[in-house]
Amino acid sequence: MIVVENIKKGFSNKTVIEDFSASFDTGKCNLIIGASGSGKTVLMKCLVGLLEPDAGNIIYNGVNFTQLNADQKKVMRRKIGMLFQGSALFDSMTVEQNIMFPLDMFTHQTKAEKQKRVDEVLDRVNLSEAHKKSPAELSGGMKKRVGIARAIVLNPQYLFCDEPNSGLDPQTSLVIDKLIKEITQDFNITTVVNTHDMNSVMEIGDKIIYMYQGRKEWEGSNKEIIFSKNERLNNFIFASEFLKDAKDMRMLESRGKIQNDRDMDKLLNS
Amino acid sequence: MNIFSRLGEFLLMIKGMFTKPEHWRMYWKELMHQCVELGIGSLGIVSIISLFIGAVSTLQTAYQFVSPIIPRSVIAQIVRDSVILEFAPTITCIVLAGVVGSKISSELGNMRVSEQIDALEIMGINTKAFLILPKIIAALITIPLLVIIAMTLGIWGGRMIGDITGILPHEIYDRGLLDSFVPYNVTFALTKAYTFAFIITAIPAYFGYNVRGGALEIGRASTTAVVTSCIMILLADYLLAAILL
Ligand SMILES: Nc1ncnc2c1ncn2[C@@H]1O[C@H](COP(=O)(O)OP(=O)(O)OP(=O)(O)O)[C@@H](O)[C@H]1O
Ligand SMILES: [Mg+2]
Repeated sequence: MIVVENIKKGFSNKTVIEDFSASFDTGKCNLIIGASGSGKTVLMKCLVGLLEPDAGNIIYNGVNFTQLNADQKKVMRRKIGMLFQGSALFDSMTVEQNIMFPLDMFTHQTKAEKQKRVDEVLDRVNLSEAHKKSPAELSGGMKKRVGIARAIVLNPQYLFCDEPNSGLDPQTSLVIDKLIKEITQDFNITTVVNTHDMNSVMEIGDKIIYMYQGRKEWEGSNKEIIFSKNERLNNFIFASEFLKDAKDMRMLESRGKIQNDRDMDKLLNS
Repeated sequence: MNIFSRLGEFLLMIKGMFTKPEHWRMYWKELMHQCVELGIGSLGIVSIISLFIGAVSTLQTAYQFVSPIIPRSVIAQIVRDSVILEFAPTITCIVLAGVVGSKISSELGNMRVSEQIDALEIMGINTKAFLILPKIIAALITIPLLVIIAMTLGIWGGRMIGDITGILPHEIYDRGLLDSFVPYNVTFALTKAYTFAFIITAIPAYFGYNVRGGALEIGRASTTAVVTSCIMILLADYLLAAILL
């Protein structure tokens, strides 16, 4: 579990994160949603220590990360995996070398053991034929999957994903979401995902935190989000008429006014 | 940012490079890789430049030496000394500042902008130690060697052109080479080579590592890096000559 207490972060004269507190549960997908520029990436970089927060505490399973010294932080980071917004694959290396890199650096396994682990994680992200390709030869979705594979190769306890499905088609994005969810549950990891993809919110959002201009505006599950009365949140999520309709449909369904699939089929065929 | 805060940041970067490596073998591998990149990679251009510089300085010295009183072997002495003292170390390194410097700074700049440096940091790797130190050490190993090769080829280029054009037969050239040779000059040239090697890797690394923004800034950073390292080389060249000669 990660507990965040009163984080503040600004750049020169501009505050980006204002007094943010939250907790992220183990074995769950914790989603941070919010408009572009609301500070999601900055918050995530503070959480993993790539940016130094101006104030506040970040506590990983009882260990106050903000108070550790540089060496202790380095040790802590080996329990953290992160998928970056732009995948951040090392472009001088092949897919296989990218994933092997953390193993080379931090383990004393034999070549065969490392190879086995690489095959395992590449299988896990459905990329068993991409071993020898270079990152430049991959599509956006494949890059993200390699990024995930690299992030989980050392069996992290915490997984951070910055917009894992931005720029992907709905189907691929669903595959990535499922993958993140499965990994989280299978290995009981604390996962934090930044997203503004509504599909992900509904599919995998065990806990959703809505950020508005650097503050936490709303918090709840994907079941609760439909019934939320928060106006800003509603405007943000159900932005299009189509989504508003979908939401109304869900509300009716939940009240027993209509029954999903079957009723729809009947309506469409009549 | 003013020059003093830049200098401070540069010194902090140098200080930050020295930590215990996470895994010695990986650092060794990276060092060897950089030696090949910097050393073997620059061998071609260094050879061509030094051959031509040796040849041209023989021709021009001969052209300026019309007096019958001075023995023609003096031409070889002059070529030898100017190649060893100035051409081999300084010209080679200025060219390398362009070749190696822009490569280092755009490579690191690209890694910074595409968050690859962040990705390494997240794994718990000291990126200064892993990305910058091997480059500097590789340069300290290979650039003095390149300078020695440049000296040899420069002198040999002069000898060859003397023969080809018939201005200076190689028997006379060889005699001139041995006349009043000062071994200290080679030591001095190597001191310069070590200094320049540091300049042409550390400065571009600093500019590349600290890029903020996108592709445009990467380009800008490598221009700044090359210009700054060239100026620093000339400055160091002057200072070393003033102090050591
Ligand atoms: N290094 C920086 N220096 C100055 N300002 C920054 C820096 N990084 C981010 N910001 C500012 O912080 C704000 C939040 O940026 P952030 O990248 O966290 O947004 P985001 O929520 O991740 O947006 P997106 O969904 O588009 O990725 C932006 O206004 C941005 O201009
Ligand atoms: Mg972002």
